[in-house]
Amino acid sequence: MPYSDSASPSLGKAFIALVRRDLLLAWKRPGDVLNPLFFFAMVATLFPLAVGPSVEQLALSGPGVLWVAALLAALLSLNSLFLTDYEDGSLDQLLLSPQPVVLLTLAKTTTHWLISGLPLVLVSPLIAVTFQMPGHAVGILMITLLLGTISLSLLGSIGAALTVGLNRGNALLSLLILPLAMPVLIFGARTVSLAAANDTVAAGIYFLGAYSAMAMVFAPFAAAAALKISNE
Amino acid sequence: MWKFFHKLASPPHFYDLANKIIPWFIVPAILLITYGTIAGLFFAPMDYQQKDAFRIIYIHVPAAYISMMAYMTMAISAGIGLIWRMKLAHAVAAACAPIGAWFTFLALITGSIWGRPMWGTWWEWGDPRLTSELILLFLYFGYLALRAAIDDTSKADRSSAVLALVGAINIPIIHFSVEWWSSLHQGPTIVREGGPAMPMEMLLPLLAMILGFTFFFGAVLLRRLRTEVLYRERRTGWVKRMIQPAGGEA
Repeated sequence: MPYSDSASPSLGKAFIALVRRDLLLAWKRPGDVLNPLFFFAMVATLFPLAVGPSVEQLALSGPGVLWVAALLAALLSLNSLFLTDYEDGSLDQLLLSPQPVVLLTLAKTTTHWLISGLPLVLVSPLIAVTFQMPGHAVGILMITLLLGTISLSLLGSIGAALTVGLNRGNALLSLLILPLAMPVLIFGARTVSLAAANDTVAAGIYFLGAYSAMAMVFAPFAAAAALKISNE
Repeated sequence: MWKFFHKLASPPHFYDLANKIIPWFIVPAILLITYGTIAGLFFAPMDYQQKDAFRIIYIHVPAAYISMMAYMTMAISAGIGLIWRMKLAHAVAAACAPIGAWFTFLALITGSIWGRPMWGTWWEWGDPRLTSELILLFLYFGYLALRAAIDDTSKADRSSAVLALVGAINIPIIHFSVEWWSSLHQGPTIVREGGPAMPMEMLLPLLAMILGFTFFFGAVLLRRLRTEVLYRERRTGWVKRMIQPAGGEA
């Protein structure tokens, strides 16, 4: 046992305990998981209703519509990332714990992705089919969303940490995160468009992978710094 | 050397110092911008392709340059403020944001006016530089909105500093992703291999304008900074004494 002078659990154990706790909380409140999914489906429905049912047009705009809807759905659930813990005081306890705050933000972000990003990836083929998306493009859509939602959760954790405890934090959160999320949207949507046109997709997927890797390295630290500042 | 820095960081000293050095910015700014405007609008040769419409670059290019320079200044001073807990650096960041946002707006407006005769539209989504400039404006909006939402100055300083740094890391990524997204604009003409493609009579006024705008930015920044320092120090003795000298009426 390398670390045994106190009762505090190791980093890995603390991480798993926190993720398990948040997953359990989400399980008890399934609305938090389902609402963004319904929102995703509804935003995607708005476009055909607004633009018209023309099949060619929908096939062209499908990748963009799906990506915008996914981005908005991810934003919708971000507000609650730290908010419930902030309101009931458990965030203070977590910040006081001997584990580094980076671990806390990383665990919170992981859970957020598991309950909001991953379901979006799994549901997206259903909606993609209604936009006449060809089969291989649906696969690419799922890959881009998989990589993209990781980045969105990580970027969003910075925004959520900055705005926790502020009045009107939700609108502000979107304002802070949307410009930062635009590269993800650009590469995500364009890559799916290229796939639908039978073009090469490697560049976009590499970019999304690189972006999520970079976000994974930097974002938890930025979110931890922001969380400490907004929680004093 | 260290004494100089300590004095610089002291608000009353800085308040006086800024007042003394503002003329050193405003005079070169006026001279350079006057020369650049006259030489650029009247004496620079006409572009063989764009005719007189190209002359808007004498405003557009410097404004676009300042818009990015201001964000970098803001992010660097925010970082200094965050790391070394220097209040003055935070004040610099706070003072940069509105100026930078206005220059971004100016660059967008002039770009759009230039686009009307060149592309036949007020707004061309296919142009990567105009689009990244728009995203830059959104980044400024986010920064200003975050500052406005936090009442406590010290908290607003540090929270917005985190945002400014995250934004600064993202700016090159945004720039290159927008570039990848589309390419319709004419390529860069000032900095390119084998020397600039512009004749000297065109280039000199442009460089003068860029330098003049930079001095102007410095002057406006110092003025804003004085107000910012005064506001932040409004409860301290030196501000009260300055506003209401001893023996004056209550």
